[in-house]
Amino acid sequence: MTLFKLFRRGSAPIARERLQILLAHERVARNQPELIGLLREEILAVIRKHVAFEPDKVMIKMDRGNTVSTLEVEIEIPNAFGAVLAKAS
Amino acid sequence: MAQVLVVTSGKGGVGKTTSTAALGAALAQEGEKVVVIDFDVGLRNLDLVMGAERRVVFDLINVINGVAKLTQALIRDKRIENLSLLPASQTRDKDALTEEGIAKVIAELRTKFDWIICDSPAGIERGATLAMRHADAAIIVTNPEVSSVRDSDRIIGLLDSKTVKAERGERVAKHLLITRYHPSRAARGEMLSIEDVLEILSTPLLGIIPESEEVLRASNMGSPVTLSSPLSAPGRAYFDASRRLRGNDIPIQIPSETRGIFNRLFGRKAA
Repeated sequence: MTLFKLFRRGSAPIARERLQILLAHERVARNQPELIGLLREEILAVIRKHVAFEPDKVMIKMDRGNTVSTLEVEIEIPNAFGAVLAKAS
Repeated sequence: MAQVLVVTSGKGGVGKTTSTAALGAALAQEGEKVVVIDFDVGLRNLDLVMGAERRVVFDLINVINGVAKLTQALIRDKRIENLSLLPASQTRDKDALTEEGIAKVIAELRTKFDWIICDSPAGIERGATLAMRHADAAIIVTNPEVSSVRDSDRIIGLLDSKTVKAERGERVAKHLLITRYHPSRAARGEMLSIEDVLEILSTPLLGIIPESEEVLRASNMGSPVTLSSPLSAPGRAYFDASRRLRGNDIPIQIPSETRGIFNRLFGRKAA
């Protein structure tokens, strides 16, 4: 116990390290909504060039995992445009 | 040109209201025309800290609703004539605080004062974002403690995105005010040091206010600390901060315990 006390240099360095790690994560997370918004706009712009769709029939979701994150884009396209799609491919 | 400042922090209890009163008074004591505005609707306290709690007739929401004129709601300080207070409402109706209403009030105050200091409520909700909305510069009040530093980082993010200036692609000038600093605890490694906080938040330092009984005494008496004890350590620190706000280049001294030469030598090392 005395040895532990002797070498303990206060808790401030621990506070500092914890904060640096936490804030690095939070700053990235803070910018996420903007990233999704940006991706949404650009992806939709590309698709809109070829197919017409209702803007409210679009769902974009981002799942953040520890090592991998997934971006899910779901666009409902009316069947009338099936022909257009077939022609494009 | 009038300057609109917001005193903000995210976390509660770090010293926003105390600092608003002290900096407002310090600027006014040096001849500037100052108004301090309480944005904490429902939980006003700036009136109490400034010793004007019995003189409140109309408030910010009355002015926004058109119940009172701005000049009727402003309370002129009895000790410093060029210092005024615009109190918050005590009712819980926070929705009465409209963005257009505040824009109008701030625009009118800009024609009457040199400094408009907005005392933000704690948190990151509407009240806090409205308080910072029109700011030219922000004073971020931070205690050298993990939760306060984290919340300050959050608030800095909001200042860069939710203010009128940010939306125009301009920058709100940011100043860090570290309050409740214990020199001895920091020296012993028990409290985050000034360098730690500055490095983590990478925001320029406006001043360091040491923990002091004078601050509590000042609020007990309803007098800004720069008025009740101008020569005390916190009094002087607030005066220095106010001079820096006015553009004076005053070197920042990290407070150290004045307990003789030994302590001084080691205290200086931190600077």
